[in-house]
Amino acid sequence: MNLHLETKGLTRIYGGLHAVSDVDFSLERGKIHALIGPNGAGKSTFVGMVSGRIPASSGTVMFEGQDISNLPAHKRMRRGMAYTFQITAIYANLTLAQNIALALQDRNRDKALTALKRIGLEDRIDQIAGDLSYGHQRLLEIAMGVAQNPRLLILDEPTQGLAESEIVQFQTLIRSLAGDTTILLIEHNMDVVMALAEQITVLNMGQVLATGTPQDIQSNAAVQAAYLGTE
Amino acid sequence: MKTHLLHLALIGLLFALGFILPDYHQGNFSRIMVLAIYAMGYNVMFGYTGMLSLGHAMFFAAGMYGFGLSVQLGDLGVIPAMLLALLGTAAFAALVGALSLRTIGVGFMIVTLMFAQAVYLTILYAGKYTRGDEGFVLQPEARTIAGMALNQPDIRYFTALMLFGLVLLGTGLLVRSNFGSVLVAVRENEERTRMLGYDVIAHKMGAVVVSGVISGLSGATYAALFGYVGASFATVQYSIFPLLWVLLGGMGTTLGPFVGALLMFYLIDYSSGLTNAYMLIVGVALVLLVLFARAGIIGEIRKRWVPWLP
Repeated sequence: MNLHLETKGLTRIYGGLHAVSDVDFSLERGKIHALIGPNGAGKSTFVGMVSGRIPASSGTVMFEGQDISNLPAHKRMRRGMAYTFQITAIYANLTLAQNIALALQDRNRDKALTALKRIGLEDRIDQIAGDLSYGHQRLLEIAMGVAQNPRLLILDEPTQGLAESEIVQFQTLIRSLAGDTTILLIEHNMDVVMALAEQITVLNMGQVLATGTPQDIQSNAAVQAAYLGTE
Repeated sequence: MKTHLLHLALIGLLFALGFILPDYHQGNFSRIMVLAIYAMGYNVMFGYTGMLSLGHAMFFAAGMYGFGLSVQLGDLGVIPAMLLALLGTAAFAALVGALSLRTIGVGFMIVTLMFAQAVYLTILYAGKYTRGDEGFVLQPEARTIAGMALNQPDIRYFTALMLFGLVLLGTGLLVRSNFGSVLVAVRENEERTRMLGYDVIAHKMGAVVVSGVISGLSGATYAALFGYVGASFATVQYSIFPLLWVLLGGMGTTLGPFVGALLMFYLIDYSSGLTNAYMLIVGVALVLLVLFARAGIIGEIRKRWVPWLP
Protein backbone atom coordinates (compact mmCIF):
# COMPACT_ATOMS: atom_id res chain seq x y z
CA MET A 1 0.00 0.00 0.00
CA ASN A 2 1.36 3.36 -1.04
CA LEU A 3 0.56 5.85 1.70
CA HIS A 4 0.17 9.49 0.71
CA LEU A 5 -1.01 10.92 3.98
CA GLU A 6 -1.02 9.48 7.45
CA THR A 7 -2.13 10.90 10.78
CA LYS A 8 -1.29 9.45 14.16
CA GLY A 9 -3.15 10.35 17.33
CA LEU A 10 -4.46 13.56 15.80
CA THR A 11 -6.45 15.43 18.45
CA ARG A 12 -8.12 18.79 18.77
CA ILE A 13 -9.59 19.98 22.04
CA TYR A 14 -11.82 23.08 22.21
CA GLY A 15 -12.13 24.02 25.85
CA GLY A 16 -13.04 20.69 27.39
CA LEU A 17 -14.57 19.28 24.22
CA HIS A 18 -12.65 16.70 22.21
CA ALA A 19 -13.70 17.76 18.71
CA VAL A 20 -11.29 15.25 17.20
CA SER A 21 -9.86 12.62 19.43
CA ASP A 22 -6.82 10.45 18.72
CA VAL A 23 -7.49 9.85 15.03
CA ASP A 24 -5.21 7.45 13.16
CA PHE A 25 -5.95 7.78 9.49
CA SER A 26 -4.22 6.82 6.28
CA LEU A 27 -4.82 7.79 2.73
CA GLU A 28 -3.67 5.74 -0.24
CA ARG A 29 -2.05 7.54 -3.14
CA GLY A 30 -4.30 8.20 -6.11
CA LYS A 31 -7.49 7.14 -4.37
CA ILE A 32 -10.73 8.99 -3.74
CA HIS A 33 -11.34 8.73 -0.03
CA ALA A 34 -14.54 10.06 1.51
CA LEU A 35 -14.89 11.24 5.07
CA ILE A 36 -18.45 11.05 6.32
CA GLY A 37 -20.23 11.40 9.61
CA PRO A 38 -23.07 13.28 11.29
CA ASN A 39 -22.89 17.03 11.88
CA GLY A 40 -20.39 17.85 14.57
CA ALA A 41 -18.47 14.61 14.08
CA GLY A 42 -15.24 16.55 13.62
CA LYS A 43 -14.76 16.16 9.86
CA SER A 44 -13.94 19.79 9.11
CA THR A 45 -11.74 20.08 12.18
CA PHE A 46 -9.87 16.98 11.07
CA VAL A 47 -9.14 18.22 7.55
CA GLY A 48 -8.39 21.64 9.06
CA MET A 49 -5.57 19.99 11.02
CA VAL A 50 -4.38 18.08 7.97
CA SER A 51 -4.22 21.29 5.91
CA GLY A 52 -2.77 23.38 8.73
CA ARG A 53 -5.67 25.82 9.08
CA ILE A 54 -6.38 24.56 12.57
CA PRO A 55 -3.49 23.78 14.92
CA ALA A 56 -3.60 20.28 16.36
CA SER A 57 -3.67 19.88 20.13
CA SER A 58 -1.56 16.74 19.71
CA GLY A 59 -0.67 14.12 17.14
CA THR A 60 1.29 14.06 13.90
CA VAL A 61 0.57 14.48 10.20
CA MET A 62 2.83 12.74 7.69
CA PHE A 63 2.59 13.81 4.05
CA GLU A 64 4.56 11.94 1.39
CA GLY A 65 6.73 10.39 4.05
CA GLN A 66 7.60 13.61 5.84
CA ASP A 67 6.36 14.98 9.12
CA ILE A 68 4.53 18.24 8.34
CA SER A 69 2.92 18.66 11.77
CA ASN A 70 4.82 21.87 12.45
CA LEU A 71 4.50 23.50 9.04
CA PRO A 72 2.18 26.50 8.59
CA ALA A 73 -0.73 26.05 6.17
CA HIS A 74 0.81 27.92 3.23
CA LYS A 75 3.90 25.69 3.29
CA ARG A 76 1.75 22.57 3.30
CA MET A 77 -0.08 23.90 0.24
CA ARG A 78 3.26 24.57 -1.45
CA ARG A 79 4.19 20.95 -0.91
CA GLY A 80 1.36 19.80 -3.13
CA MET A 81 -1.91 20.10 -1.26
CA ALA A 82 -4.97 22.12 -2.18
CA TYR A 83 -7.99 22.87 -0.07
CA THR A 84 -11.49 24.03 -0.89
CA PHE A 85 -13.61 25.61 1.79
CA GLN A 86 -16.98 24.41 3.06
CA ILE A 87 -18.22 27.99 2.94
CA THR A 88 -17.43 29.32 -0.51
CA ALA A 89 -14.21 31.31 -0.38
CA ILE A 90 -13.45 32.87 -3.73
CA TYR A 91 -12.35 36.42 -4.50
CA ALA A 92 -15.82 37.85 -5.02
CA ASN A 93 -14.63 41.26 -6.27
CA LEU A 94 -12.13 39.90 -8.79
CA THR A 95 -12.76 38.39 -12.21
CA LEU A 96 -12.73 34.68 -12.85
CA ALA A 97 -9.45 35.13 -14.71
CA GLN A 98 -7.89 36.79 -11.66
CA ASN A 99 -9.24 34.11 -9.34
CA ILE A 100 -7.75 31.34 -11.43
CA ALA A 101 -4.48 33.24 -11.92
CA LEU A 102 -4.02 33.44 -8.16
CA ALA A 103 -4.63 29.71 -7.84
CA LEU A 104 -2.27 28.92 -10.72
CA GLN A 105 0.30 31.44 -9.48
CA ASP A 106 0.53 32.32 -13.14
CA ARG A 107 -1.29 35.03 -15.08
CA ASN A 108 -1.27 33.28 -18.42
CA ARG A 109 -4.74 33.71 -19.94
CA ASP A 110 -4.71 30.48 -21.93
CA LYS A 111 -4.01 28.49 -18.81
CA ALA A 112 -6.88 30.24 -17.06
CA LEU A 113 -9.17 29.40 -19.99
CA THR A 114 -8.15 25.76 -19.86
CA ALA A 115 -8.86 25.62 -16.13
CA LEU A 116 -12.28 27.24 -16.60
CA LYS A 117 -13.18 24.88 -19.45
CA ARG A 118 -13.11 22.00 -17.01
CA ILE A 119 -16.16 23.49 -15.25
CA GLY A 120 -17.70 24.98 -18.39
CA LEU A 121 -17.29 28.61 -17.32
CA GLU A 122 -14.75 29.67 -19.95
CA ASP A 123 -17.21 32.14 -21.48
CA ARG A 124 -17.41 34.00 -18.21
CA ILE A 125 -13.67 34.52 -17.79
CA ASP A 126 -13.95 38.31 -17.50
CA GLN A 127 -16.98 38.38 -15.23
CA ILE A 128 -16.71 39.35 -11.59
CA ALA A 129 -16.77 36.13 -9.56
CA GLY A 130 -19.26 37.52 -7.04
CA ASP A 131 -21.83 37.96 -9.85
CA LEU A 132 -21.91 34.23 -10.56
CA SER A 133 -24.74 32.07 -9.27
CA TYR A 134 -24.01 30.22 -6.03
CA GLY A 135 -23.52 26.91 -7.81
CA HIS A 136 -21.08 28.44 -10.27
CA GLN A 137 -19.15 30.03 -7.41
CA ARG A 138 -18.82 26.57 -5.83
CA LEU A 139 -17.59 25.17 -9.13
CA LEU A 140 -15.11 28.05 -9.47
CA GLU A 141 -13.74 27.26 -6.03
CA ILE A 142 -13.31 23.62 -6.99
CA ALA A 143 -11.67 24.67 -10.26
CA MET A 144 -9.23 26.81 -8.29
CA GLY A 145 -8.31 23.78 -6.19
CA VAL A 146 -7.83 21.67 -9.33
CA ALA A 147 -5.87 24.46 -11.07
CA GLN A 148 -3.22 24.31 -8.37
CA ASN A 149 -2.43 20.88 -9.78
CA PRO A 150 -2.18 19.35 -6.32
CA ARG A 151 -1.14 15.82 -5.53
CA LEU A 152 -3.62 15.86 -2.64
CA LEU A 153 -6.92 17.69 -3.05
CA ILE A 154 -9.03 18.23 0.05
CA LEU A 155 -12.68 19.06 -0.66
CA ASP A 156 -14.89 20.15 2.23
CA GLU A 157 -18.51 19.49 1.23
CA PRO A 158 -18.04 20.50 -2.40
CA THR A 159 -21.55 19.66 -3.61
CA GLN A 160 -23.41 21.59 -0.94
CA GLY A 161 -25.83 23.88 -2.76
CA LEU A 162 -25.11 22.50 -6.23
CA ALA A 163 -27.95 21.66 -8.60
CA GLU A 164 -28.25 18.08 -9.90
CA SER A 165 -26.67 18.95 -13.25
CA GLU A 166 -23.78 20.69 -11.50
CA ILE A 167 -23.26 17.65 -9.29
CA VAL A 168 -22.89 15.55 -12.44
CA GLN A 169 -20.34 18.07 -13.76
CA PHE A 170 -18.50 17.91 -10.44
CA GLN A 171 -18.37 14.12 -10.51
CA THR A 172 -17.00 14.13 -14.05
CA LEU A 173 -14.32 16.60 -13.00
CA ILE A 174 -13.30 14.54 -9.98
CA ARG A 175 -13.21 11.29 -11.96
CA SER A 176 -10.94 12.95 -14.52
CA LEU A 177 -8.40 13.52 -11.74
CA ALA A 178 -8.55 9.99 -10.38
CA GLY A 179 -5.33 8.06 -10.42
CA ASP A 180 -3.08 11.13 -10.53
CA THR A 181 -4.52 13.10 -7.65
CA THR A 182 -5.36 11.79 -4.23
CA ILE A 183 -8.71 13.16 -3.12
CA LEU A 184 -9.97 13.55 0.41
CA LEU A 185 -13.64 14.34 0.23
CA ILE A 186 -15.97 15.42 3.01
CA GLU A 187 -19.46 14.87 1.73
CA HIS A 188 -23.02 14.66 3.02
CA ASN A 189 -24.65 13.61 -0.21
CA MET A 190 -24.51 9.82 0.03
CA ASP A 191 -25.21 9.37 -3.69
CA VAL A 192 -22.06 11.33 -4.47
CA VAL A 193 -20.08 9.39 -1.89
CA MET A 194 -21.21 6.04 -3.21
CA ALA A 195 -20.59 7.09 -6.80
CA LEU A 196 -17.08 8.44 -6.26
CA ALA A 197 -15.41 7.01 -3.19
CA GLU A 198 -13.10 4.04 -3.26
CA GLN A 199 -12.54 4.19 0.47
CA ILE A 200 -14.75 5.63 3.19
CA THR A 201 -13.93 6.63 6.74
CA VAL A 202 -16.76 7.33 9.14
CA LEU A 203 -16.18 9.78 11.96
CA ASN A 204 -18.50 10.01 14.92
CA MET A 205 -18.02 12.11 18.05
CA GLY A 206 -14.48 12.92 16.96
CA GLN A 207 -13.44 9.29 16.61
CA VAL A 208 -13.06 6.87 13.72
CA LEU A 209 -16.05 4.57 13.72
CA ALA A 210 -15.14 2.53 10.67
CA THR A 211 -12.98 2.52 7.56
CA GLY A 212 -13.49 0.44 4.45
CA THR A 213 -14.88 0.15 0.96
CA PRO A 214 -18.37 1.55 0.26
CA GLN A 215 -19.77 -1.98 0.49
CA ASP A 216 -18.13 -2.57 3.88
CA ILE A 217 -19.48 0.69 5.22
CA GLN A 218 -23.00 0.12 3.95
CA SER A 219 -23.16 -3.20 5.71
CA ASN A 220 -21.46 -2.06 8.90
CA ALA A 221 -23.89 -2.31 11.78
CA ALA A 222 -22.19 0.32 13.93
CA VAL A 223 -22.29 2.83 11.10
CA GLN A 224 -25.92 2.14 10.43
CA ALA A 225 -26.73 2.71 14.07
CA ALA A 226 -24.76 5.92 14.42
CA TYR A 227 -25.21 7.55 11.08
CA LEU A 228 -27.50 6.04 8.55
CA GLY A 229 -30.11 5.50 11.24
CA THR A 230 -31.87 2.34 12.38
CA GLU A 231 -35.30 1.35 11.19
CA MET B 1 0.43 49.68 -21.00
CA LYS B 2 -2.66 51.88 -20.72
CA THR B 3 -1.82 52.28 -17.05
CA HIS B 4 1.61 53.70 -17.75
CA LEU B 5 0.35 55.96 -20.55
CA LEU B 6 -2.26 57.37 -18.22
CA HIS B 7 0.35 58.04 -15.56
CA LEU B 8 2.71 59.62 -18.08
CA ALA B 9 -0.13 61.81 -19.29
CA LEU B 10 -0.73 63.10 -15.76
CA ILE B 11 2.99 63.71 -15.29
CA GLY B 12 3.07 65.57 -18.63
CA LEU B 13 0.09 67.68 -17.60
CA LEU B 14 1.73 68.59 -14.30
CA PHE B 15 4.95 69.39 -16.15
CA ALA B 16 3.09 71.85 -18.39
CA LEU B 17 1.28 73.32 -15.41
CA GLY B 18 4.68 74.01 -13.87
CA PHE B 19 5.19 76.71 -16.50
CA ILE B 20 1.75 78.27 -16.52
CA LEU B 21 0.47 78.17 -12.96
CA PRO B 22 0.56 81.47 -11.09
CA ASP B 23 3.10 81.58 -8.25
CA TYR B 24 0.61 80.96 -5.50
CA HIS B 25 -0.85 77.86 -7.12
CA GLN B 26 2.53 76.61 -8.23
CA GLY B 27 3.57 76.61 -4.56
CA ASN B 28 0.38 74.80 -3.62
CA PHE B 29 0.93 72.18 -6.29
CA SER B 30 4.49 71.55 -5.09
CA ARG B 31 3.11 70.84 -1.65
CA ILE B 32 0.22 68.74 -3.01
CA MET B 33 2.56 66.55 -5.06
CA VAL B 34 4.75 65.89 -2.01
CA LEU B 35 1.68 65.08 0.10
CA ALA B 36 0.35 62.91 -2.72
CA ILE B 37 3.52 60.80 -2.41
CA TYR B 38 2.57 60.28 1.22
CA ALA B 39 -0.96 59.32 0.18
CA MET B 40 0.37 56.89 -2.44
CA GLY B 41 2.51 55.24 0.23
CA TYR B 42 -0.50 54.95 2.49
CA ASN B 43 -2.56 53.52 -0.37
CA VAL B 44 -0.15 50.60 -0.86
CA MET B 45 -1.01 49.35 2.59
CA PHE B 46 -4.58 50.55 3.00
CA GLY B 47 -5.95 50.59 -0.54
CA TYR B 48 -4.22 47.56 -2.01
CA THR B 49 -3.50 45.32 0.97
CA GLY B 50 -6.52 46.27 3.07
CA MET B 51 -4.58 47.09 6.25
CA LEU B 52 -5.93 50.19 7.97
CA SER B 53 -3.14 52.03 9.78
CA LEU B 54 -3.93 54.93 12.06
CA GLY B 55 -0.29 55.76 12.65
CA HIS B 56 1.29 56.47 9.31
CA ALA B 57 2.60 59.82 10.53
CA MET B 58 5.35 57.82 12.20
CA PHE B 59 6.77 56.89 8.78
CA PHE B 60 6.33 60.42 7.43
CA ALA B 61 8.09 61.73 10.55
CA ALA B 62 10.80 59.06 10.34
CA GLY B 63 11.69 60.27 6.85
CA MET B 64 11.39 63.92 7.80
CA TYR B 65 13.52 63.67 10.95
CA GLY B 66 15.91 61.16 9.41
CA PHE B 67 16.58 63.71 6.69
CA GLY B 68 16.40 66.86 8.83
CA LEU B 69 18.66 65.62 11.59
CA SER B 70 21.20 64.21 9.10
CA VAL B 71 21.43 67.66 7.51
CA GLN B 72 21.24 69.69 10.71
CA LEU B 73 23.40 67.60 13.04
CA GLY B 74 25.33 65.43 10.58
CA ASP B 75 26.11 68.16 8.04
CA LEU B 76 25.23 65.74 5.24
CA GLY B 77 24.34 66.85 1.73
CA VAL B 78 20.76 66.52 0.48
CA ILE B 79 21.22 63.24 -1.40
CA PRO B 80 23.19 61.32 1.25
CA ALA B 81 20.78 62.59 3.90
CA MET B 82 17.84 61.46 1.77
CA LEU B 83 19.31 57.97 1.33
CA LEU B 84 20.05 57.69 5.03
CA ALA B 85 16.50 58.79 5.84
CA LEU B 86 15.04 56.14 3.50
CA LEU B 87 17.25 53.38 4.92
CA GLY B 88 16.29 54.40 8.43
CA THR B 89 12.60 54.45 7.56
CA ALA B 90 12.85 51.00 5.93
CA ALA B 91 14.46 49.54 9.06
CA PHE B 92 11.90 51.25 11.26
CA ALA B 93 9.01 50.02 9.10
CA ALA B 94 10.36 46.46 9.28
CA LEU B 95 10.46 46.70 13.06
CA VAL B 96 6.93 48.13 13.25
CA GLY B 97 5.74 45.41 10.84
CA ALA B 98 7.37 42.62 12.85
CA LEU B 99 5.59 43.76 15.99
CA SER B 100 2.25 44.96 14.64
CA LEU B 101 1.55 42.11 12.21
CA ARG B 102 0.78 39.90 15.18
CA THR B 103 -2.52 41.76 15.22
CA ILE B 104 -5.24 42.24 12.61
CA GLY B 105 -8.19 44.56 12.06
CA VAL B 106 -9.01 46.81 14.99
CA GLY B 107 -6.02 45.53 16.94
CA PHE B 108 -3.74 46.58 14.09
CA MET B 109 -5.30 50.06 14.01
CA ILE B 110 -4.73 50.52 17.75
CA VAL B 111 -1.17 49.19 17.64
CA THR B 112 -0.17 51.50 14.78
CA LEU B 113 -1.84 54.44 16.55
CA MET B 114 0.16 53.67 19.70
CA PHE B 115 3.45 53.30 17.82
CA ALA B 116 2.86 56.66 16.16
CA GLN B 117 2.11 58.21 19.53
CA ALA B 118 5.36 56.74 20.87
CA VAL B 119 7.25 58.29 17.95
CA TYR B 120 5.62 61.67 18.58
CA LEU B 121 6.48 61.56 22.28
CA THR B 122 10.04 60.46 21.48
CA ILE B 123 10.44 63.53 19.26
CA LEU B 124 9.29 65.74 22.13
CA TYR B 125 11.45 63.86 24.65
CA ALA B 126 14.55 64.29 22.51
CA GLY B 127 13.87 68.02 22.40
CA LYS B 128 17.56 68.81 22.78
CA TYR B 129 18.08 67.60 19.19
CA THR B 130 14.64 67.90 17.66
CA ARG B 131 13.62 71.18 19.33
CA GLY B 132 10.32 69.51 20.18
CA ASP B 133 7.07 71.21 19.21
CA GLU B 134 8.81 74.25 17.89
CA GLY B 135 10.81 72.24 15.37
CA PHE B 136 13.73 73.62 13.40
CA VAL B 137 14.38 75.32 10.11
CA LEU B 138 16.81 73.91 7.56
CA GLN B 139 18.80 76.81 6.17
CA PRO B 140 18.55 77.37 2.39
CA GLU B 141 22.33 76.92 2.04
CA ALA B 142 21.99 73.38 3.34
CA ARG B 143 19.25 72.60 0.80
CA THR B 144 21.05 72.60 -2.51
CA ILE B 145 21.82 69.84 -5.01
CA ALA B 146 24.75 70.57 -7.33
CA GLY B 147 24.30 74.30 -6.86
CA MET B 148 20.53 74.26 -7.38
CA ALA B 149 18.68 75.84 -4.50
CA LEU B 150 15.68 73.70 -3.56
CA ASN B 151 13.88 76.69 -2.05
CA GLN B 152 13.67 78.31 -5.47
CA PRO B 153 9.99 77.89 -6.57
CA ASP B 154 10.60 76.41 -10.03
CA ILE B 155 13.25 73.98 -8.84
CA ARG B 156 11.04 73.05 -5.92
CA TYR B 157 8.12 72.37 -8.25
CA PHE B 158 10.05 70.21 -10.68
CA THR B 159 11.85 68.30 -7.92
CA ALA B 160 8.47 67.52 -6.35
CA LEU B 161 7.15 66.51 -9.78
CA MET B 162 10.11 64.25 -10.48
CA LEU B 163 9.72 62.34 -7.23
CA PHE B 164 5.93 62.28 -7.57
CA GLY B 165 6.29 60.90 -11.08
CA LEU B 166 8.73 58.21 -9.99
CA VAL B 167 6.45 57.04 -7.20
CA LEU B 168 3.37 57.14 -9.44
CA LEU B 169 5.06 55.03 -12.13
CA GLY B 170 6.49 52.80 -9.39
CA THR B 171 3.09 52.11 -7.86
CA GLY B 172 1.78 51.49 -11.38
CA LEU B 173 4.41 48.78 -11.79
CA LEU B 174 3.80 47.45 -8.30
CA VAL B 175 0.06 46.94 -8.68
CA ARG B 176 0.54 45.23 -12.03
CA SER B 177 3.20 42.89 -10.62
CA ASN B 178 2.67 39.42 -9.15
CA PHE B 179 3.48 40.84 -5.74
CA GLY B 180 0.80 43.49 -6.17
CA SER B 181 -1.83 41.00 -7.25
CA VAL B 182 -1.13 38.92 -4.14
CA LEU B 183 -1.54 42.06 -2.00
CA VAL B 184 -4.98 42.55 -3.54
CA ALA B 185 -5.72 38.88 -2.87
CA VAL B 186 -4.80 39.38 0.79
CA ARG B 187 -7.15 42.37 0.92
CA GLU B 188 -9.99 40.44 -0.70
CA ASN B 189 -9.71 37.18 1.23
CA GLU B 190 -6.80 36.55 3.53
CA GLU B 191 -7.69 32.97 4.46
CA ARG B 192 -8.24 31.94 0.85
CA THR B 193 -4.88 33.44 -0.07
CA ARG B 194 -3.10 31.54 2.68
CA MET B 195 -4.79 28.32 1.54
CA LEU B 196 -3.57 28.89 -2.01
CA GLY B 197 -0.06 28.60 -0.62
CA TYR B 198 0.92 32.26 -0.28
CA ASP B 199 2.87 33.47 2.72
CA VAL B 200 0.41 36.15 3.83
CA ILE B 201 2.57 37.52 6.64
CA ALA B 202 5.57 37.97 4.34
CA HIS B 203 3.42 39.82 1.81
CA LYS B 204 1.95 42.07 4.49
CA MET B 205 5.45 42.74 5.75
CA GLY B 206 6.48 43.74 2.23
CA ALA B 207 3.50 46.07 2.04
CA VAL B 208 4.37 47.72 5.38
CA VAL B 209 7.97 48.32 4.32
CA VAL B 210 7.12 49.64 0.84
CA SER B 211 4.35 51.81 2.24
CA GLY B 212 6.58 53.06 5.06
CA VAL B 213 9.48 53.91 2.75
CA ILE B 214 7.27 55.84 0.29
CA SER B 215 5.73 57.75 3.22
CA GLY B 216 9.21 58.42 4.56
CA LEU B 217 10.29 59.69 1.14
CA SER B 218 7.44 62.15 1.29
CA GLY B 219 8.48 63.37 4.76
CA ALA B 220 12.12 63.75 3.74
CA THR B 221 11.15 65.57 0.54
CA TYR B 222 8.87 67.89 2.47
CA ALA B 223 11.76 68.86 4.74
CA ALA B 224 14.13 69.28 1.80
CA LEU B 225 11.78 71.46 -0.25
CA PHE B 226 10.08 73.50 2.45
CA GLY B 227 12.91 73.65 4.95
CA TYR B 228 10.95 72.97 8.10
CA VAL B 229 10.99 69.95 10.43
CA GLY B 230 8.47 69.91 13.28
CA ALA B 231 6.67 67.58 15.64
CA SER B 232 3.26 68.65 14.31
CA PHE B 233 3.94 66.35 11.34
CA ALA B 234 4.06 63.40 13.72
CA THR B 235 0.67 64.06 15.32
CA VAL B 236 -2.48 62.01 14.90
CA GLN B 237 -3.77 64.59 12.46
CA TYR B 238 -1.02 63.67 10.01
CA SER B 239 -1.94 60.01 10.38
CA ILE B 240 -5.56 60.75 9.51
CA PHE B 241 -4.82 63.00 6.51
CA PRO B 242 -3.57 60.26 4.17
CA LEU B 243 -6.56 58.13 5.12
CA LEU B 244 -8.90 60.98 4.12
CA TRP B 245 -7.02 61.74 0.91
CA VAL B 246 -7.13 58.10 -0.14
CA LEU B 247 -10.81 57.71 0.78
CA LEU B 248 -11.70 60.87 -1.11
CA GLY B 249 -9.65 60.05 -4.20
CA GLY B 250 -10.40 56.32 -4.23
CA MET B 251 -8.72 53.56 -2.25
CA GLY B 252 -6.93 50.98 -4.32
CA THR B 253 -6.57 53.26 -7.34
CA THR B 254 -3.20 54.66 -8.43
CA LEU B 255 -4.54 58.15 -9.19
CA GLY B 256 -6.83 58.41 -6.18
CA PRO B 257 -4.18 59.58 -3.71
CA PHE B 258 -3.22 62.54 -5.91
CA VAL B 259 -6.83 63.48 -6.67
CA GLY B 260 -7.76 63.22 -2.99
CA ALA B 261 -4.80 65.27 -1.79
CA LEU B 262 -5.47 67.92 -4.46
CA LEU B 263 -9.16 68.32 -3.67
CA MET B 264 -8.73 68.24 0.09
CA PHE B 265 -5.94 70.80 -0.09
CA TYR B 266 -8.01 73.23 -2.12
CA LEU B 267 -11.14 72.52 -0.13
CA ILE B 268 -9.33 73.52 3.06
CA ASP B 269 -7.59 76.41 1.30
CA TYR B 270 -10.84 77.78 -0.07
CA SER B 271 -13.07 77.17 2.95
CA SER B 272 -10.58 78.61 5.43
CA GLY B 273 -10.85 81.83 3.44
CA LEU B 274 -14.60 81.83 4.13
CA THR B 275 -14.79 80.80 7.74
CA ASN B 276 -12.75 79.75 10.75
CA ALA B 277 -14.90 76.64 10.96
CA TYR B 278 -13.41 75.24 7.78
CA MET B 279 -13.16 71.76 9.24
CA LEU B 280 -16.96 71.77 9.28
CA ILE B 281 -16.99 72.17 5.50
CA VAL B 282 -14.44 69.40 5.16
CA GLY B 283 -16.60 67.24 7.39
CA VAL B 284 -19.70 67.85 5.29
CA ALA B 285 -17.72 66.98 2.15
CA LEU B 286 -16.68 63.69 3.71
CA VAL B 287 -20.23 62.87 4.77
CA LEU B 288 -21.39 63.48 1.19
CA LEU B 289 -18.60 61.24 -0.03
CA VAL B 290 -19.63 58.40 2.25
CA LEU B 291 -23.26 58.81 1.20
CA PHE B 292 -22.85 59.14 -2.55
CA ALA B 293 -19.41 58.01 -3.65
CA ARG B 294 -18.16 55.32 -1.32
CA ALA B 295 -15.43 54.15 -3.63
CA GLY B 296 -13.99 57.69 -3.79
CA ILE B 297 -13.78 59.83 -6.90
CA ILE B 298 -11.52 57.66 -9.05
CA GLY B 299 -13.07 54.55 -7.55
CA GLU B 300 -16.54 55.66 -8.69
CA ILE B 301 -15.26 56.55 -12.15
CA ARG B 302 -13.74 53.09 -12.39
CA LYS B 303 -16.91 51.44 -11.17
CA ARG B 304 -19.23 53.31 -13.49
CA TRP B 305 -17.35 54.15 -16.65
CA VAL B 306 -13.73 53.05 -16.95
CA PRO B 307 -13.25 49.56 -15.52
CA TRP B 308 -9.62 49.23 -16.62
CA LEU B 309 -8.40 52.09 -14.37
CA PRO B 310 -5.48 50.84 -12.28
